[in-house]
Amino acid sequence: MTDVHIVGAGIHAFGRHDESSGLDQGVFALRQALDDVGLDWDQMQFGFGGSSAAGNADAVMPRMGLTGMQFINVANGCATGGSALLSGYWAIKSGEFDLGVVVGFDKHPRGAFNAEPSEWGLPEWYGQTGLMLTTQFFANKINRYMGLHGITPTALGRVAEKAYENGAKADHSWRKQPVDLDTIMGSQMVSDPLTKYMFCSPAEGGVALILASDRKMRELGLAGPKVKGAAVRTRVAGSFEVFAPSLEIERGPSPTQIASKAAYEMAGVAPGDIDVAQIQDTESGAEIMHMAENGFCKDGEQEQLLADGATRLDGTLPINTDGGCLACGEPIGASGLRQVYENVQQLRGRADGRQVEGARLGYSQVYGAPGISGVVVLEA
Amino acid sequence: MPQRPIAEDLIRQTAAGPRLLGGRRCSDGKVVFPLPQGAEGAQYEAMELADEGTLWSFTVQRFRPKSPPYAGADTDQSFKPFALGYVELAGQVIVESRLKVEDFADLKVGMPMRMTQVAFPTVSDPDTFTYAFEPA
Repeated sequence: MTDVHIVGAGIHAFGRHDESSGLDQGVFALRQALDDVGLDWDQMQFGFGGSSAAGNADAVMPRMGLTGMQFINVANGCATGGSALLSGYWAIKSGEFDLGVVVGFDKHPRGAFNAEPSEWGLPEWYGQTGLMLTTQFFANKINRYMGLHGITPTALGRVAEKAYENGAKADHSWRKQPVDLDTIMGSQMVSDPLTKYMFCSPAEGGVALILASDRKMRELGLAGPKVKGAAVRTRVAGSFEVFAPSLEIERGPSPTQIASKAAYEMAGVAPGDIDVAQIQDTESGAEIMHMAENGFCKDGEQEQLLADGATRLDGTLPINTDGGCLACGEPIGASGLRQVYENVQQLRGRADGRQVEGARLGYSQVYGAPGISGVVVLEA
Repeated sequence: MPQRPIAEDLIRQTAAGPRLLGGRRCSDGKVVFPLPQGAEGAQYEAMELADEGTLWSFTVQRFRPKSPPYAGADTDQSFKPFALGYVELAGQVIVESRLKVEDFADLKVGMPMRMTQVAFPTVSDPDTFTYAFEPA
């Protein structure tokens, strides 16, 4: 079977853009990705696209050109972008196509996502009594983890400090100002132990990636990182997920743990081989727990690793080199693709100001509701 | 004590005190909370859950949740932060609950907890209560 490569990448800066619709931002990213490699839209044989709150992804077609190509809208919760990429990967891997595009864009209202109990199959009282907030889930999960594994609030602060430091160095990020540890720790408490600066916000943005088979890439005289492993997995019984009035006493693995394992096996690499990683940081605690869930350390080792700066740009395993969700915000349709975009830039040596020297293996993991995780391993 | 529970089939008043109403799945005995309603409920038999357990995790809600779905009678100004978390009922299930505690700093994972009831006036009914757990 053929290998699949990412030969082109485009992005519309994340953040708040009152003048642009989500669709505008998706189209911008598509055009930039095509320009990146000097290809035309009518050369694209397929498209997979996702948007959670900004309309249909295939609304890019009239703007880009009605070429008759196969285009499929992807909707898969917080892993929408990651799922679009996986769909494109299989489309080429199967031998059916050899050149196509995946796109993700979004534009969310300000503030935390509103949740309706009935849409989640939950009773009204659950929302009425104030138990239906995603922020509470994240706080509950990290609070237990901190108690069991000796993680301190300072470690949470260090994750956010690093995020804003890296975000200030990435053109496509939203938050451009470094924030010092004291400010992060002293900012408004949202849901203990997580403060305002430890949470990401819903945002806007768009990302597009052009995929090609190994043969097509060479035929066109292009180059780009190889997709070495890719997997999306969902929750199993005993996984702690958002909006759960009850949990089973017998705990199970998280969707991230099983997606991660599958992607490593597919890629034939181990966590220790990874040079740069983008992992889901909806809030600071998520990055800490995901360090372990993705195999980069054992539970509890994060405290020392963060104190040593191991995950900073000059550390032993740089994590979220563009500032992650904390500094870029989380437009659901685009967020997972942003991680892959950042790894593509890192592996092509184009991450100006935040380049991890000599990076050859890039790892990304997107996670979210209702308990879904998508992992991609790229090789330069 | 207020007159009405926030929902039917959530809390059962017994001679020994109030109990949360869970469900035991007929096919394999798996325990869930709350008791599933409607078509799904046919696969479960109602069971009174234990009123004592241990704190599994917790947090504090620091700002007034968005309405809807939140239906508290308070306002952004009058809202008082409340603790919530998960309580493990040995051999049954881990339930999410409001936590009644004088000082949030007293909460520790693993501490013994006991079920209670707390007033929860809503926008449509000032005379409502819901369940909670408090340190035992």
